[in-house]
Amino acid sequence: MKQSFPRLWSPIRQPSLQTIVIALVVFGLVSLALGGYFSSLSNFIGQSVVGAQTWISNRYLAVVDFLTVPRDVASLRQRNVELEAEVARLQTQVIDLQGQVTETQILSALVDFARASPESTYKAATVIGRDPSPFLRYVIINIGSNDGIRRGMPVVTDQGLVGRVDAVTGEASRIQLITDPASAVNVNLQNSKTEALLVGSITGDLSLDMISQDVTVQPGDVVLTSGLGGGYPPNLLVGQVVSVRKLDYELFQQAAVQPIVDYNQLHFVLVITNFKPVDITPLVPTPAP
Amino acid sequence: MANLVAIPVLVLALVLQTAVISRLNLIHGSADIVLLILAAWALQSRVKASWQWALGAGALVGFVSGLPWFVPLAGYLLVVVTGRLLRRHVWQAPLLAMFTVSFIGTLSMHLLSLVTLRLAGNPLPFVVSLSLITLPSILLNLLLAIPVYSLFRDLAGWIYPVEVEA
Repeated sequence: MKQSFPRLWSPIRQPSLQTIVIALVVFGLVSLALGGYFSSLSNFIGQSVVGAQTWISNRYLAVVDFLTVPRDVASLRQRNVELEAEVARLQTQVIDLQGQVTETQILSALVDFARASPESTYKAATVIGRDPSPFLRYVIINIGSNDGIRRGMPVVTDQGLVGRVDAVTGEASRIQLITDPASAVNVNLQNSKTEALLVGSITGDLSLDMISQDVTVQPGDVVLTSGLGGGYPPNLLVGQVVSVRKLDYELFQQAAVQPIVDYNQLHFVLVITNFKPVDITPLVPTPAP
Repeated sequence: MANLVAIPVLVLALVLQTAVISRLNLIHGSADIVLLILAAWALQSRVKASWQWALGAGALVGFVSGLPWFVPLAGYLLVVVTGRLLRRHVWQAPLLAMFTVSFIGTLSMHLLSLVTLRLAGNPLPFVVSLSLITLPSILLNLLLAIPVYSLFRDLAGWIYPVEVEA
């Protein structure tokens, strides 16, 4: 009787054709991958997988937050209120500091201007208001006769001429801007070497009048105070000529002037305190009756 | 009591006018809060002291402004006169009366200013003044008329409480 036993080992078989083909294909794929031929495909797959994982992870964390945060809502709200208050306080502080920086810059420019013109004595002032009447262009400043301010003193900024003191009280003064319709300033045109009269207007525009027809005035000419009439010191910068109107049948030329000072944004000014205006009214001839 | 209240109210209004409202321009016009306060005060039926308010406001503005002192005084008195006249005739529509007084008051005040400046040797172009200053000022005054009226109706109710008979 022949007894059969289980086979504890199998004899080594020859590799089949299928195994050889699979091995060659795998080898070929590995070789191609190592050669970099599958980089775009692998990148695409990698990005897709990472994107999917990121999405799932975010959702998971959101769900976890949703399930765990409600326990801390009260404390979080309190913390939020505290932080909002802190943000509001810091924003206020930032605005305050920005204002101080602007103020310092303006004052620094005024100090530089005062140092550059040592022949004059200046008093700095803050513009605290405007005339209630829209027909007039006056501003109110916060220094008056108690600080040595007198009627007629010229007022400037670091950029140029502003106007002159029109009325004074102990603690405040009213300044007539050169853009006021009633203002008239004797000026020089620097390039043309000629005199003219600078007048304001109801719209706040400046224009030059009384320019002789013989003179050639060009846009860009610099306008400076001439000092004639004794109302203002000479050589204070006013602005530049922007356009000229010359008509043959008129006695004088006229020109529009772009002021160098922005009169709508006046915050600080300097009053020239050592200038004494001359009142020439008695010298003006009156028509005989 | 009402006359005493006028002092802080008018001073505060003038400070507000010079510091803030005169800087808020529409074209070249600006609102006149003092004029609106006087108009609203004159239209309150229980108020008896509107003349005194006009005199005080005129003196204050005349002192601060570069205009001749009598221009604000006359202009504000005219506003109060208009307000008191309209209060009798248009008493059922106070807001309409407020708008009318604001319109007439602003126009009168500006005409008075223009004429005075012309007489003082500073002739301003009339049409330009009207279009660039007066019309925008009227619009701003009309916009502010309702809140000012509401505020001063409450103030009048506080100063002159209605007496209830027992």
